Amino acid sequence: MIRTIKEQGDTAILLVEQDVRTTLTVADRMHVLDNGKVVFLGTPQDRRARGHQENSHGSVGTMRVLLFGTCLVDTFFPEAGEATVRLLRRFGAEPVFPRGQTCCGQPAFNAGYEAQARAAAEHFLWEFDGDDPIVTPSGSCAAMVKHHYPGLFRDDPKLFAKARRAGERIFELTQYLVHVAKAHEAGLRGKGSVTYHASCHLLQTLGVREEPLMLLASLNGATFLPMPDADRCCGFGGTFMAKLPEISLALADEKAASIEATGADTVTGCDSGCLMNIADAMRRRGTKIRVAHIAQLLAEGL
Amino acid sequence: MSHEQTSLAFRENTVRALEDSALRAAMKQAADTFGTKRADAFATVADLEALRDRASAIREDVLANLPMYVDRFVTAATRAGAVVHRADDAATAREIIRKILADRGARRIVKGKSMVSEEVDLNSRLEDAGMEVVETDLGEYIIQMEGETPSHIIVPAIHKNRTQVGRLFADRLGVPYSDDPQVLTKIARKALREKFLSADAGISGANFAAAATGSLVLLTNEGNGRMVTTVPKLHVAILSIEKMLPSLADLPAFLRLLPRSATGQTITSYVSVITGPRKAGDATGAKELHIVLLDNGRTEILAGESRDILKCIRCGACMNVCPVYRTVGGHAYGWTYPGPMGMVLTTLLTGMRKSHPLVDASTLCGACVGVCPVRVPLSDLILGLRRRKVREGFADPRERRGMKAFGKAAASPALFALGQRLAGAFWPLVRALGGKDVAGRMPPPAKVPFRRKAP
Repeated sequence: MIRTIKEQGDTAILLVEQDVRTTLTVADRMHVLDNGKVVFLGTPQDRRARGHQENSHGSVGTMRVLLFGTCLVDTFFPEAGEATVRLLRRFGAEPVFPRGQTCCGQPAFNAGYEAQARAAAEHFLWEFDGDDPIVTPSGSCAAMVKHHYPGLFRDDPKLFAKARRAGERIFELTQYLVHVAKAHEAGLRGKGSVTYHASCHLLQTLGVREEPLMLLASLNGATFLPMPDADRCCGFGGTFMAKLPEISLALADEKAASIEATGADTVTGCDSGCLMNIADAMRRRGTKIRVAHIAQLLAEGL
Repeated sequence: MSHEQTSLAFRENTVRALEDSALRAAMKQAADTFGTKRADAFATVADLEALRDRASAIREDVLANLPMYVDRFVTAATRAGAVVHRADDAATAREIIRKILADRGARRIVKGKSMVSEEVDLNSRLEDAGMEVVETDLGEYIIQMEGETPSHIIVPAIHKNRTQVGRLFADRLGVPYSDDPQVLTKIARKALREKFLSADAGISGANFAAAATGSLVLLTNEGNGRMVTTVPKLHVAILSIEKMLPSLADLPAFLRLLPRSATGQTITSYVSVITGPRKAGDATGAKELHIVLLDNGRTEILAGESRDILKCIRCGACMNVCPVYRTVGGHAYGWTYPGPMGMVLTTLLTGMRKSHPLVDASTLCGACVGVCPVRVPLSDLILGLRRRKVREGFADPRERRGMKAFGKAAASPALFALGQRLAGAFWPLVRALGGKDVAGRMPPPAKVPFRRKAP
């Protein structure tokens, strides 16, 4: 229809469209907007020649990845999200933050509220639809998508397939940095001494053990100090900290003591929930050890 | 009636346990020791993952065909000369055993370690009937003297240190105080030897039951298990129906897994296989063998969504690694089985109304799943029970309201952003659940959320 009007040659057409592929076939000139900014201006031939990936979201970049910030980073720790963006850009990816994203649904899922978890999961699947890789600075949220989403849609073949596909596409940040970006070979800078808490869902559910250690070991100028019982739960457990706060605090205190025993000046990890809990335990003990998400530590060395 | 009045007071129990510094030190030391020993014992098992797969598959086959294996066991054990009794519930099991003992005039009973006998509360029933029941496993002996129940399924007195045991022995047995474990063990052995020799009957549990031959398999360390099952002329064994293995040919995989998982031993000091009572020409064995197979809700569990808990072989490895269990000990769980396997089994056996607080006793860290020798999906089972708790209306009403709001916000970016602006999407939920102390453990929401700066 648009092509027919265009072929008549007497009407200027202003097409506002999200589908780049369709647009490329009909437009003479195009402006690509992302979040209100013009990120591309030229002819469709230019755009093709620049070798940008075409995709349904219409943004440009050498390797587009969808960034799942997670509700904790979004709400409490934006600095970890910004560090994730800097890292992804440095290693040749163009992160895009789907604007409608909320939470993976884990608080409801872990507490037994399946309908609410399903609502959150379905929302996620539509927000992160497509074929691009999804990167998230959280082992726990990645594990939720990868291991628990399919089960939520066991009675819905279409969403089940979408959930399985999302599980294949999602990377926890350090997985992406090591396996796709080879960031551990980039010789990033570091400083001081660092110890690492292996968060439970990252390790036990997602099976990510070596990647964060490889990245930390690669930091030039930083000393890595292993933590005793690094893989023991810090006591966060999402709603666990609210339901059984006394045990949660005792576990966090034990974790803080293990961190102090390393003598490191910074403790890091891949999950903001655990780090938040650890930071609180540190504060209660009056310990002055810096708590920073691994994305922040790595981004500081760019 | 509110749920609080009828349910296990898990949180209150944990608060009390956390204040008990001796308990916490004993738990930490024991759990660490078992954890290290377990890891060392498995270091030499090259095919561990394949072995776990095999054991898991055997247990799955047993569950898939449980009535058949139980029938096979009954037939074979009967053919071997044992008398097999079926007990649908705890009261029936207690009564069957009381009657067997009373009919034969048995007054003095020695007992080997059996969690199923704890589950049916056997001792008190027999004592009410005027019988003397003596626990002969050292840990069980200690806690029986103290009037306690086991706090671990393998190491019943794990919560006690040697000073406490020394004082207890000095107090009750009139022996000089010592906190040397070797001295204490010798004291117990001397006292127990007399009980074995004068006992009218022995009661034991069983780790496994081989269906094809009707054999009972017992893995023990102290020798008391063999004494209980062979010295008195009457032996009564009580076990739950899911302890079946198809045949003794399936045993080797479990012999490699169970002791390593439980105590970090490559094998226990004793492995007893008992097939029927003593026959002509046998050097040892009870003259009469009765086997009580307990159901007590297992058939119902088998038909439900939590059936995989019945794969459990009671090694206790999940307890030793559980951050919650190792911090508060087994008594906080309020019933026979503690820790990750215990919170699942207890809830299923005693009902959601009584045990719903237990389903919260996990951070879902998955450490238990990582060590389970037969791959019981404990985290998934706990999640399943939490869903059931919500479904059956045992969840806190404030939590229910909070979660409903969360569900709406998570599916609506506008609502979510609004919640975030109001103080973080689930911060008020956490505060509603746990009071201001919990909210005080979270930082305030960032002034500008990440979404406003994200690309």
